[in-house]
Amino acid sequence: MSMKFLYDTKLMFIRNLQHTFRTPVFIFVSMFQPLMYLLLFMPLLNGLGAVPGIPAGKAVDEFIPGLLVLEALFGTAFVGFSLIDDIRSGVIERFLVTPVARSSILLGRVLRDAVILLLQCILITLVAIPFGLDVNAAGFLLSLLLYALVGITMASVSYGFALIFKIEDALAPTLNTITLPVSLLSGIILPLALAPVWLQDLSKINPFSYAVDATRDLFAGNFTNLGVIEGFVIIGVMAVLVFLWSLRSLKKMAA
Amino acid sequence: MSDELVIETKGLRKTFVSKERGGKKNGKKEVEAVKSIDLIVRKGQIFGFLGPNGAGKSTTQKMLSTLLCPTSGEAKVLGYDLASKQEQIRQNVGCVSQAGGADQGSTGTENLVLQAQLYGVDAATAKKDAAEFTERFQMTSFIARTASTYSGGQKRRLDIALGMIHHPQLLLLDEPTTGLDPQSRAYLWGEIKKLKAEGVTIFLTTQYMDEADKLCDLIAIIDNGKIVVTGTPEELKSRVGGDTIVFSFQSEETARKAQTLLTETVQAEKNQTINNSVHLTIKDGERKIADLLRSLDAKSLEALTVTLSRPSLDDVFLKYTGRSLREDLIK
Repeated sequence: MSMKFLYDTKLMFIRNLQHTFRTPVFIFVSMFQPLMYLLLFMPLLNGLGAVPGIPAGKAVDEFIPGLLVLEALFGTAFVGFSLIDDIRSGVIERFLVTPVARSSILLGRVLRDAVILLLQCILITLVAIPFGLDVNAAGFLLSLLLYALVGITMASVSYGFALIFKIEDALAPTLNTITLPVSLLSGIILPLALAPVWLQDLSKINPFSYAVDATRDLFAGNFTNLGVIEGFVIIGVMAVLVFLWSLRSLKKMAA
Repeated sequence: MSDELVIETKGLRKTFVSKERGGKKNGKKEVEAVKSIDLIVRKGQIFGFLGPNGAGKSTTQKMLSTLLCPTSGEAKVLGYDLASKQEQIRQNVGCVSQAGGADQGSTGTENLVLQAQLYGVDAATAKKDAAEFTERFQMTSFIARTASTYSGGQKRRLDIALGMIHHPQLLLLDEPTTGLDPQSRAYLWGEIKKLKAEGVTIFLTTQYMDEADKLCDLIAIIDNGKIVVTGTPEELKSRVGGDTIVFSFQSEETARKAQTLLTETVQAEKNQTINNSVHLTIKDGERKIADLLRSLDAKSLEALTVTLSRPSLDDVFLKYTGRSLREDLIK
């Protein structure tokens, strides 16, 4: 990695972070959904008693890791809109005619998105502690890395489609079409242990379900489970692939 | 002035694939935005690319700035091959697109500092450069505000400062004054001339005849993706024909007498009397006007008014494309 690439990425990262902090209220807006689940839905799980996938009385320990994956998916899914803004106002073209590393333009954005996401994950976890959340500290820190990778994946999807469509009208329904099934098939709201076999099979081809399984293990302190390694490998590879795909879309703008 | 070539293109061509809707078949159609452009721009020139909307001006400019890959043809910018030396071209060329591209949510200073850093300088140098250009383009009074609050003229000044922040040898300007009020236009023309005086070569696109006329050393008229004619503004206008001189008199009778006298004095391409006025079309009207007035004086034929009008670039456009540029602007 060259010095120039690191310098360019730092510049782009700071530029995007400044943009986010200009209207900090939006950092909290996307936390509203998971907080509502925490306050208004989790009590239902507690009331269920012991069901497959939820040990009696410990619903919160199962629920929070998945809820943070939900935040990672939905919190970053719509970042593409800001990119459309920048395309329309000519900012991206202005960057592209400078010698700035092409990958830095996107990497600076997804790293910003990951940092904001981690801030949100930490806040949600802190709110969950009074609800009886019992979390292994080292496991939580490792989970943050996995959430960051999920966020980078989803943000890259969002940027990739933004670069292809270049209009908001097409971007919003596309992103909704992706986020809804992948979140339902992750066993976030209710455990997939309750699901019929075909639904369980379907969830196995959903990469994000591995992130949910892995972070549940990590929260519980089960570091050596195969699921943890699976989660990191699958999400890590996917983050890289999707990022490269969105980078290709950026380079195609100059074709 | 050196004869160094700053831009050199041969058969530069760009096609886009566009989807067709309606009609019997839905299919893809190749649109030739730029057909075959041969250009030579020398160091220190202001080169004007004049044409209506959709003529291929911006597409050509985007190819020269490495933003679009040519479909075929070759080009050298500042001696660097466009296909293989994009990094060097980006480092040494400044580019201001039609949209401008300033970050509307950031202040002018933040925009300038980041832009300088993107060209590889450290933060301290970037701040110094930003301050230099703030003063240079007289932006001190508004540079600390967010760009979204700027007037059209202020925005344009910031855009051009962003394009110049790394002291490029070549500046590409895409319709720099479109949509600006007359004062801001005049200010920018002054700034562009100053850049030229400092040795910067400028390639600008415009759809304004007066802009090309006042600013450019050399003009290429582009229409439908092709250059139809190239020359200095004077050359182009002289190819259209002579100047028109109109003398007005007290009466039609005097005008008729004057017409006879005037056509004896000079060789006119066209001459006619309309009401009380004599209209002459002659080459080098500026030089001959004195002779004409003297000969009228000698016969005591007193002209009430005399006007000289030179052929405009609009006439040039009409001659080479068969259409008036204004018609295109209205469409």
